[in-house]
Amino acid sequence: MAAAGITTSEQYDYEIVKKFAIMTLVWGMIGMGVGVYIASELAWPILNWDIPYITFGRLRPVHTTLVIFGFGGSALFATSYYVVQRTCQTRLYGNALANLTFWGWQAVMVLAPISYMLGHTQSREYAEMEWPLDLLVEVVWVAYLIVFVGTIMRRKQPHIYVANWFYLAFILATALLHTFNNLAIPVSLFHMKSYSLFSGVQDAMVQWWYGHNAVGFFLTAAFLGMMYYFVPKQAGRPIYSYRLSVVHFWALSFLYMWVGAHHLHWTALPDWTSTLAATFSIMLLLPSWGGMINGIMTLSGAWDKLRTDPVMRFLIVAMSFYGMSTFEGPMLALKDVNALSHYTDWTIGHVHSGALGWVAMITFGSMYHMIPKLWNTKLYSVKLASVHFWLATIGVLLYITAMWISGITQGLMWRAFDDFGNLQYSFVESVAAMHPLYVMRMIGGVFFLSGMLTMVYNCYMTIRQGVRETGPAGVAPAGA
Amino acid sequence: MFSFKHEWIEKNVGLLAVATMLAISVGGLVEITPLFFIRNTVEPVDGVRPYTPLELRGRDIYQREGCYLCHSQMIRPFRDEALRYGHYSLAAESQYDHPFQWGSKRTGPDLARVGKKYSNEWHVQHLLAPRSVVPESVMPNYPWLLSTPLQYADIADRMKALREAGVPYSLTRAEYERNVKKFGPKVAEELSIPDAKENLIKQAQEGDYDGDRSNITEMDALVAYLQMLGTLVDFSKYDNDHFVKDR
Repeated sequence: MAAAGITTSEQYDYEIVKKFAIMTLVWGMIGMGVGVYIASELAWPILNWDIPYITFGRLRPVHTTLVIFGFGGSALFATSYYVVQRTCQTRLYGNALANLTFWGWQAVMVLAPISYMLGHTQSREYAEMEWPLDLLVEVVWVAYLIVFVGTIMRRKQPHIYVANWFYLAFILATALLHTFNNLAIPVSLFHMKSYSLFSGVQDAMVQWWYGHNAVGFFLTAAFLGMMYYFVPKQAGRPIYSYRLSVVHFWALSFLYMWVGAHHLHWTALPDWTSTLAATFSIMLLLPSWGGMINGIMTLSGAWDKLRTDPVMRFLIVAMSFYGMSTFEGPMLALKDVNALSHYTDWTIGHVHSGALGWVAMITFGSMYHMIPKLWNTKLYSVKLASVHFWLATIGVLLYITAMWISGITQGLMWRAFDDFGNLQYSFVESVAAMHPLYVMRMIGGVFFLSGMLTMVYNCYMTIRQGVRETGPAGVAPAGA
Repeated sequence: MFSFKHEWIEKNVGLLAVATMLAISVGGLVEITPLFFIRNTVEPVDGVRPYTPLELRGRDIYQREGCYLCHSQMIRPFRDEALRYGHYSLAAESQYDHPFQWGSKRTGPDLARVGKKYSNEWHVQHLLAPRSVVPESVMPNYPWLLSTPLQYADIADRMKALREAGVPYSLTRAEYERNVKKFGPKVAEELSIPDAKENLIKQAQEGDYDGDRSNITEMDALVAYLQMLGTLVDFSKYDNDHFVKDR
């Protein structure tokens, strides 16, 4: 609550939140656009146009980097700076440092895609940036930690609110993962190229310890922080169970770090490691569903809001997809299922049910809640948000259905034998069979992207309306 | 009496941070560190050697183009994969791979043992225009590989960086002698950093990978790399279940 006589926009540093919120929309639009393009390249390879910079192999990291770190990352900076100020009832610590995180992060999001298109990559999935960019990320991240912890230390409340635990775990885990996964030796001081410090089996293990926890902490824990703030806020009800959130937090933090090796089942990684990872993957189902139940049950007594409030609908569908993909994940981590699913599109479908269904949906919901508040106005069009909701939902469903069918088809075709014990299909027959499904996936992507574009328009109009009503500073005129 | 209250953690950000760090550190420590110390993680096997200078540059190009995003290099121990690709991949076979290129997706087939399965001419044609040899393929054309001269002025620096990471490329006489003992004189020659440039030119000219001896292109390097993949271990020397004990 604002102290008497001071508006919230003076009490809190909203400028930095606004900047990150806008960049969330910008990177979402570009990142998803690139996603649709590379999906089309797989359906119609002529779209590579014989231009080195836009071949699938070079654009795919552009897509993943921009959606995970550009869209997702900016959303996390924006919401964490918003939530930590609101829940600690204090202004953000370290104004200059916070600005460093903004400009540093945006610089990385501009430079990384350019560098990939020019062919500079570590070829580590979701960590393709070469060493100079890795160092820049490291600097930004330390600044982020200082700003976040500094703000918590200035809090006016004795308790640290649960959303902040999740954000803090995400910041710490990302620092740890980023540092160890990117240990590499540059060819020289003025050379972009570096070689990983580790090799072969150890390198694979470090990479997937990173890779899966980029999902676990960047794309899950941090977005759970979002859930723990915005769901109760939008529903106007307290979190269902405080005790469950304590259990959820510690179990999730502890268990996630064990499961990365399920990306390496049946490889040259020793069996003991992948068995451990499979075991912990199954255990991880419990805290994941605990968290989902905690979020969904927060709506008890407020379910009628689903009828009228598209923001609430985004949040609920996000949590449902979270529950769905955290069930699918442990299932894919079973060695027998993985024998079929690994190397196929099923994995891509699984990632997108998490990334589109959970991460993007909870972000949309949170942004629709937060952006009008930041600019001291109301959402320009609730109806348009509702249109966005349906476009996004249909898009995800088309996407993951296409990938389920193509993944399982690939897995079955590769292992099919004829009556004489020979392989029934050549590899390229499985490639040909994918074509209609790749087209369907692309159409799903177009739906999702169109939804994103309606959101950009809706938010643009909301911000314009806010600026017109209250002036560019976002401060309500006296007496308002 | 001492009794723990979760409230302490909820009220102290230092305590919260330390406890979180402890919780998130265990998994990695238990699963990753032993891989550096348990000896049979990488099984002993004859024939595996670091890349020659030309192959190394080919591998750099393989990474640059993002080939790993659609091609795995890790054959799993299943009957269908044995028929399609060959013997399952051993950890030892990627022990000099900084970084590993096992991949996670097969939009195209596995390449762990693609070496020597097709002719150089086939590879060149396939890389230039995949659909001219495999009509259903969705792979991009890579025409620039044949028209771009290979950059190898910095080959020694690249090998030195890998040497820092533990690859036995030799800088000194003593290191060279060690390689002679470990890999034999012919391979040891190829691993010598002072001779890297000469070795690269020699292999490109003798191998004639892109069908044109007059210049060394990126195509030469990439095909040289593809043609050695999975060819180092002679599996006919080992019993069928020889490697099972190390899994």
